[in-house]
Amino acid sequence: MENDIAIEHSPIHRDDLGSKMGMWLFLFTELILFGGMFILYASYRYMHADDFKVAAMRLDTTVGTINTIILLTSSLCVVLSIAALQKRQKLLSMYMLIFTIVLGGAFLINKYFEWSAKIHHGIYPKGPEMANFSDGEVLYFGLYFVMTGLHALHVIVGMIFLAFMLVFVAKDKLTYDNHQKLENAGLYWHLVDIIWIFLFPLFYLIH
Amino acid sequence: MEDTNTTHQVSYGIYILVWLGLVGLTLLTVSVSGLNLASLTIVTALTIAIIKSLLVTNYFMHVRTDTRVFKVFIFVSLIMFLTLIILTFFDITFRAGGK
Repeated sequence: MENDIAIEHSPIHRDDLGSKMGMWLFLFTELILFGGMFILYASYRYMHADDFKVAAMRLDTTVGTINTIILLTSSLCVVLSIAALQKRQKLLSMYMLIFTIVLGGAFLINKYFEWSAKIHHGIYPKGPEMANFSDGEVLYFGLYFVMTGLHALHVIVGMIFLAFMLVFVAKDKLTYDNHQKLENAGLYWHLVDIIWIFLFPLFYLIH
Repeated sequence: MEDTNTTHQVSYGIYILVWLGLVGLTLLTVSVSGLNLASLTIVTALTIAIIKSLLVTNYFMHVRTDTRVFKVFIFVSLIMFLTLIILTFFDITFRAGGK
């Protein structure tokens, strides 16, 4: 059998390409998860174009822009961490991972304050302020909470995923010639970034 | 046989350039959204978002230097997603009293 031969040749069998393929297949299921919601957003926006514009005015573009830049920077840090590990700069790789996790935390803190402000003003599903809203505005905020909420959940999962990678790098379980796990964690983090790249203009920049 | 357990190395500089491009495009999309472009607003916003995600996938996710199978993977799944969008909009626009 092919597997037996591989085991004979090296004590630990590794298939980086297969591992990466598995990660990409998982990422496509995420595309379907978020994609379905983007289609729902597109349909409702098509039906309630003016209400969506009115509702979007209630979001703070500055906070959204800052969060976009935070996530883009965190993506840069992950990719630098992988490059550093490849160049055998273990410490730099670890610092970059720590920085990524810190930026993920900063994103979530911003999101927390943003959501709190909305909830404080009575804007949440079945909230008191929502009673005065038109159907389109209610749909907009329903989608806003579900989509940014699910995205924030992905940020949390990504941070946990990266924290494990940090431990692995520290313990030399991931090295310059064995770093596919870190690469996969990076792929996940970038996907979360790409989802935000689309969420940001669709929710914050409608005028 | 090709060794699949090696990866392409890229220098730090190119990543920082890509990041600068991404931040620049973010600031561009924010400032353009302030202009009154009517129906072009959504097209502009989505075009910039697509360019940004192409930068992320090609450079940060290393698809540019990966084996071709990943490009095929992504292409096929995006075509499928596009089909879902188009079919949904056929339904909305042709449904009687769709508004």
